[in-house]
Amino acid sequence: MNVWMLLGPVLLLGVVLGFVTYAILLERKVLGWMQGRHGPNRVGPWGIFQTVADVFKLLIKEDTIPAKADRTLFKMAPVIAFVPAFVVLAAIPFSEDLVFADIGVGVLYIISLSSITTIGILVGGWASNNKYALLGAMRSVAQMISYEIPLVMSVVGVVMAAGTLNLTGIVEAQQRMWFIIPQIIGFLVFFTASLAELNRTPFDLPEAESELVAGYHVEYSGFRFAFFMLAEYVYVFAMAALTTVLFLGGWNPVFGLEFIPPLIWFVLKFALIVFTIFWIRATLPRIRVDQLMQLGWKVLLPLALFNIFLSALLKEVLEGWY
Amino acid sequence: MEYAQSYMTILVFILVGLALPAAALTLGAWLRPHKPTSAKAITYESGVDPTGDSWVRFNVRYYLFALLFVIFDVETVFLYPWAVAYDVLRADVGLFVLVEMLIFVFFLVIGLIYAWKKRVLEWT
Repeated sequence: MNVWMLLGPVLLLGVVLGFVTYAILLERKVLGWMQGRHGPNRVGPWGIFQTVADVFKLLIKEDTIPAKADRTLFKMAPVIAFVPAFVVLAAIPFSEDLVFADIGVGVLYIISLSSITTIGILVGGWASNNKYALLGAMRSVAQMISYEIPLVMSVVGVVMAAGTLNLTGIVEAQQRMWFIIPQIIGFLVFFTASLAELNRTPFDLPEAESELVAGYHVEYSGFRFAFFMLAEYVYVFAMAALTTVLFLGGWNPVFGLEFIPPLIWFVLKFALIVFTIFWIRATLPRIRVDQLMQLGWKVLLPLALFNIFLSALLKEVLEGWY
Repeated sequence: MEYAQSYMTILVFILVGLALPAAALTLGAWLRPHKPTSAKAITYESGVDPTGDSWVRFNVRYYLFALLFVIFDVETVFLYPWAVAYDVLRADVGLFVLVEMLIFVFFLVIGLIYAWKKRVLEWT
């Protein structure tokens, strides 16, 4: 027990909050550029204080709770949604010696904890006693359970190749070849499913503005609303980091560029994934709810199952290569 | 010892994760206005007075998806240890390790095809 055990998580929380602040700004900027606009540019030079201003605005907004809502659950829901989003980060190895909890079952830990957020969303939607919120929460649960299966199964190929569930071990297994090459099907399934788990466009049906106003958090205001938003962006952080670790070789450098420090490599790959997530939001329209279910069960699940056996086959053919 | 320490770290993460909402919401309670009126406390329904309650019996349309989810989630519980031990088992029993899993997945895929043909996977 030393001081770093407490200070480390607090520092990471600071980094994550900083990431969320600027990821939101970057998202709005990227969306702006892709749509031929400037994006936010009024608060501070280049709009760099836009999100900060938004957060302070949310902080001094009145907190209203509908008279018909279940007050206890209504207050608990944002916390239930946020805490697992942050706790997930404990197991992610950012570089060789920057990992907070190097647990043996890292992959399972992250996947199992991240599904707790669904409960927070369901609780929030139900406790609001609002029809839009309830519909949004129901859709969210249906979507999250449908896409969790392909998400989990697409990682099996990686686990087979690495022979461990420990995330540090998985990164070390990618020193010769990043898993995105032999596991390309697994990567595509994982990335698609993770977009759906994150409720991001084109899978943002739980908060489809044009049909459900705001979905599960329609009754939330002020900082309670902010925690739902925060949870969403902390998951973007966690999923991008997990994708980097599982498929892009974590902190492993590109051949010939070993002089760049490992942590920088991690951040570069991580930033690429985050940018791709925003890029997809600007590119693709929202899909329909029936298409959503069919994509998950009829396309991604068979593909993920097929990938498991393809990985076994590749292990025979490429023996010793990875 | 290291094992215990990892899980202690996770405990610290949970506490820090709980502390942030507690601190932010307390700070907000000092700063934000509090002027409740009965109009503000009405459930939002696109500006019109809400009709009825939303805590009613309704058809959870995805309950069949939930059943399928349970089946396949249990399957992954069997897949993960198999995947971790694949190299050891491969050296031990040869390609039979693959055949075994093929048989297991085959039976589950039959279930999926059945659900597919029964049009359970349609959202109508």
